[in-house]
Amino acid sequence: MSDQDLKKTPLFDAHVAAGARMVPFAGYSMPVQYKDGVLKEHLWTREHAGLFDVSHMGQARIRGENPAKSFEKVVSADYQGLKAGKQRYGVLLNAEGGIIDDLMTARPDDDGLFVVVNGACKDNDYEIIADVLAGEATVTRLEDRALLALQGPEAAAVLAAHVPQAAQMVFMDTKALTAFGVDAIISRSGYTGEDGYEISVPADAAERVWNTLLADERVKPIGLGARDSLRLEAGLPLYGHDLDETVSPIEAGLNFAVGKSRREAGDYLGAARIAKELAGELSRVRVNLKVLEGAPAREGAEIADEAGNVIGKVTSGGFAPSLGFPIAIGFAPPAFAAVGTKLKVIVRGKQAAAEVVASPFVPNRYVRKL
Amino acid sequence: MRFTKDHEWVVVQGDVATVGITAYAAEQLGDVVFVEVPEAGKTVKQGENLAVVESVKAASDVYAPVSGEVVEGNAELGDAPETVNALPESGGWFAKIKLSNPAEVDALMDRDAYEAFLATL
Repeated sequence: MSDQDLKKTPLFDAHVAAGARMVPFAGYSMPVQYKDGVLKEHLWTREHAGLFDVSHMGQARIRGENPAKSFEKVVSADYQGLKAGKQRYGVLLNAEGGIIDDLMTARPDDDGLFVVVNGACKDNDYEIIADVLAGEATVTRLEDRALLALQGPEAAAVLAAHVPQAAQMVFMDTKALTAFGVDAIISRSGYTGEDGYEISVPADAAERVWNTLLADERVKPIGLGARDSLRLEAGLPLYGHDLDETVSPIEAGLNFAVGKSRREAGDYLGAARIAKELAGELSRVRVNLKVLEGAPAREGAEIADEAGNVIGKVTSGGFAPSLGFPIAIGFAPPAFAAVGTKLKVIVRGKQAAAEVVASPFVPNRYVRKL
Repeated sequence: MRFTKDHEWVVVQGDVATVGITAYAAEQLGDVVFVEVPEAGKTVKQGENLAVVESVKAASDVYAPVSGEVVEGNAELGDAPETVNALPESGGWFAKIKLSNPAEVDALMDRDAYEAFLATL
């Protein structure tokens, strides 16, 4: 794909004006970093508030007689039990129980479900969902909306100055409301492990909202580079790297994405495999690794036992700016997955000591209670 | 100081070349968090992998701008990889190489030619 074919978000001009380095990502030209660079942007988000353009992600409505019931055919989460004003994580599954995409589904209002999916997956997702739901529910892409994420310990105070209702929300609350003078959908959630919000606004208001938030000195624009290192430290898997169509939610440690009612009913694509894995038939599981020496172990690096026998692979990894050492997410047999297990990672032919640690690497700071 | 199109620099004293990456390369990489330098005694040919430099985002190879035998790797970069960003064209050097073919150095770009090359990127 040449640069000319790349799509632009409504904030493209703002990124370029701010000195962003633009890279192709999910078919869009996106800011990987601004002038400060990944390390400073990462740390700023952990200490203050970072503003991210995530408008490449897919926003859609699912409407119908009982959209949650229809949607549950392809997604393992309990969406019929999702309360008004709430959001819940889920995974779109294939017939073999592999993950086609991971997504957030909310009931911000009475207008069906509001779904946010990964940018690189959205066309395929919508096709699959529309197919399965044909005749009972519809998928409507919200192409005319932008999505901003405001993340960090100062995000709540920053947003409350413009949207007082945001302060009354807790983690995973999602509301449709008038904010910045436009129809907005705001959730208290994100992809950094920090407290914060995702803010959906009409595309033509995006730059104004972006600049309004950036006018606060506690807020800096943050690129996709820091978004990746932040989510890695938060132990959050990334689709296309840690998750793909061969990985099940149970292998990935996303058991919470399979609702209790759904486990009992087994009424969704891939349910047979999920049931077996929940009963303990697992050949690999996600492990979080602290790399104790040497270079960062990145995607594709092999994981070995202490004797050097290869047992798995790193699916994403890098230097953790908030910790000061390299960390990685990978997959290994359950026998090697207990916290404290000593392993090795193989980087450019060299073995380096690593240890299985708990997830998240950096404690999350979600506001679950006011 | 001489330069390659891969953004390495070379300074020659006697028959030993000190090698590093340019300020432009360091800026493009962003914050360097890990550097793997070669050990003394390693023989390299021009264009071969000499070292690895890693930013938060990615790992990048550093190629040998000249052929010869490594006489020293910059051990200080192990504890202070950020020196590559702070002093890319001095204290952030990667290795010293005893030249086996000094003529290679003459074929590299001088500062003016390198800056003209950067202007085309």
